[in-house]
Formats: sequence, C-alpha cells, structure tokens
Amino acid sequence: MKEYILLIVGAVLVNNFVLTRFLGICPFLGVSKSISTAGGMGGAVIFVITCASGVTWLFQRFILDPMGLGYLQTIAFILVIATFVQFVELVMKKTTPALHRGLGIYLPLITTNCCVLAVAVINIQANYTLLQSLAFGFGASSGFALALIIFTGLREKIDRANPPQSMRGTAIALVTAGLLSMAFMGFAGLVK
Amino acid sequence: MGPLTTALVVFTLTGIGCGAILAIAARVFAVEEDPRLAEICAILPNGNCGGCGWAGCGEYAKAILFDKAELNLCTVGGTETAQKLAKYMGVTVEVAEKKAAIVLCRGNAGNAPRRFLYNGVADCAAANAVDGGDKICRYGCLGYGSCARACPVNAISMDGNLAMVHPELCISCGKCVKTCPRKLIKLVPESRHLHVFCSSLDKGPIVKKACKVGCIACTLCTKLAPDSAIAMNGALAVVDYAKPITKEAETLVQKCPGHCIQQA
Repeated sequence: MKEYILLIVGAVLVNNFVLTRFLGICPFLGVSKSISTAGGMGGAVIFVITCASGVTWLFQRFILDPMGLGYLQTIAFILVIATFVQFVELVMKKTTPALHRGLGIYLPLITTNCCVLAVAVINIQANYTLLQSLAFGFGASSGFALALIIFTGLREKIDRANPPQSMRGTAIALVTAGLLSMAFMGFAGLVK
Repeated sequence: MGPLTTALVVFTLTGIGCGAILAIAARVFAVEEDPRLAEICAILPNGNCGGCGWAGCGEYAKAILFDKAELNLCTVGGTETAQKLAKYMGVTVEVAEKKAAIVLCRGNAGNAPRRFLYNGVADCAAANAVDGGDKICRYGCLGYGSCARACPVNAISMDGNLAMVHPELCISCGKCVKTCPRKLIKLVPESRHLHVFCSSLDKGPIVKKACKVGCIACTLCTKLAPDSAIAMNGALAVVDYAKPITKEAETLVQKCPGHCIQQA
C-alpha cells in the first residue's frame, strides 16, 4: 500500500507532468482561462490517463511483447488510446448523459495528447505491474489537473490586475507557468 | 515470418479490430435525437450567448420543443428568428422590438473627477466595494471594464474610463446589465436615440460637484417633452421609452442645463 501512495505522491508533486516534465503544455495553456473549463478538462484527463495506462499496459504485455513488436510501441499506443477514448465517449453518451455533458467536449481534445502517451510509455519503461501502472496513471493525471487548476486560478487573478499591454495574454501566462514550475521544484526530494 | 510481415499482420488486425469495436459501439450505443432539435438549432444563431436564459442555443431548442418555452426569447436573432421559429412550430408569436444596451452615464475621466486613487484589481464590483467606489459620483460609471469583459461579442469598449456600447454590435443578451454593480446599463429599443445620460439620484448641487454632465433635477425636460415622455424619478429625469419623442429631441438636447440629454 505504502508503495502505491509513494508512487501517486511522486507523480502528483515531485515529478509533476506539466511543471517538471513539461508534458501536456498545450492544454495547460489553452484550457486555463476559466476555472469551470479547467475543472472539466482536469476530470477528463484523470479519467482518460488512468484508463489508458491500464489498456496500454495490457496491450504491451499480451500483444506487443509476445510478437517482439516493442519498437512500434508509439504507433500502437496512439491507436489503442484513440480507439479507447472514442469508445468510452460513445458509451458515456448513451449511459450517463450528465457525465458526457461535463466531460464530453474535452475527451477528444486529449485523445492523443503527449502526456497521455508519456504515461503509457513510462509505465512500460519503468517495468510497472498493472496495478502500479494504474496508480501511476492516476497520480500523473491528478498532478496535471492540480497544475491546471492552480494555473487557471492564477491567470484569472492576473487578468483582473491589469498587466502592462505588452505582457497581456500568453506572455504573462508563460512567465507565470515558469514561476509555478520553480515553485514545484520545492517538492524535489519529497519522495526518493 | 519476418519482422515486417509480423508487424504488418498484427497492426492490420489491430486496426480492423479497433475499427470494428467503434463501428459496433456506434450502433449499440447510438443515441436517438429528435430530428426537430437539429432543425430548431439551425434556425437559432448558435452564438450560445445565453441571452434567452438557457445555457446555449441547444438548451433553448430543447426548451422550445419539450417545455413549450416562448419563441421570442432569442435577443440576438430578434424578430427574424422569432418569426422563423413560429413558422416552424406552426404558431403565431408576438415579437418584441430589438433592443440594444446603453450606458446611462457620460462621466468619463475629464467630466467626473475621482475622490481617491484606487489601486486594487481592475474590476468594477471590487472598486465599488472600496468606500463606495473611487468617483465622487456615487452613481456613475467606474470605468474598470467589467461589462466589457462580460460582453460575449466585444460590443463594449472602454473610452476614457467610460464604458461605451456599440449598438450595431450589441446582441442585447443583457450580460452587461447584470454585471454592472451600479446598474447603469439599460436595454433600450434600438430605434431610440435620445437618452438621459445620467443615473445619479442625488440632488442638483451634489451632482454639479461630482460631474460636468449630470441631471440636476431642473425638470425643464419634463415640460418640453410631449405627453410626459420624460418624467422625474426623484431627482433624476428618466425617458419613458414607450412614448415617442420626435421633433422635440433637438430642443431637449440644446436646453438641458446639465448637458446630460444627448442623442446617441
């Protein structure tokens, strides 16, 4: 149990996917204008990455490894993740329309996002078991959601503080992201 | 089998498998939508501004179909959309005149001085919370642009610390009306151009100290306007938009000693 908690904490804080590994920057900057959309996006990312880590782990173990096709991992994972997300979206639309209204528009956005793929690849490279992969996927995506929501809060505040004309928009957003990333360096060494 | 053949076979099969799963899922989990819903959506402007009171055009279309919502609530499409909807639903509809928002204040930086230097977040509600705002006038536009940020179509610009609505862009969704902490913004019929550009309920001497353009409650306009089309609300002249003002407009603008009756 301790091992899984460490894995999750490590992925959320120490090796935060956005702020330490610099993955998934596109949605990080793109969907961080208002808290409600950031929340929806964060939820969708947690859902997709956690499920995708499980699916890709199974695909690697039972199809790619026995066939000796490990070198085609990237293509295979994109294919599997994309199919999986589309499938879940269809099922969700039918069975839980409320959840679909909340997450639906964000699901296709992150289908083949680099941080989704990175979690899947890291799971294999680190030789995680299936449960470890799921825990790592959940931790990594929660870290993404956390970073996204903190960043959105900061951006909302900054927008109202009237920054100088030349700094408005993306410029000040990038500076903020850099500072936030440095703040997260404080967690280095929390999990060995 | 060589590595190339293996890869080709495995990936072709995987691809076909994935395709098949999605194809089956699309059939099994297909959601039946009322076809009329898409057609009503096509009539609506699809700006999703929320001016009708629903979350977006899709939700309004649902409300029209299933909850018998009024057909003339789309402020963006106005008469045209309401009539198309009525034709589609096979009913007649009363159409309200198209409206546009207007900021009833002319107290820009030059006209209305400030009491103190406000240095907080650039938001009108926040500025208004600090000792009732930084302007001497307790009723005028604070100029921090909350309405401009709330506007979904960028129809409000900030001009010398004063919000100005561009009526040709306004879709009269009413978001700015709700946002303004001082309730300065009103939706008025688009055909009307004569307004009292002041919202101060203070009496004359106080208004004179606070702003160069303000209603000093002289009641001159109420006498000049026909059929009491301008009436006093306490110490403030207010235009009654239900009554027409035509040839008297120019006289009113010239005679108003507070210079707050203007043509826009």
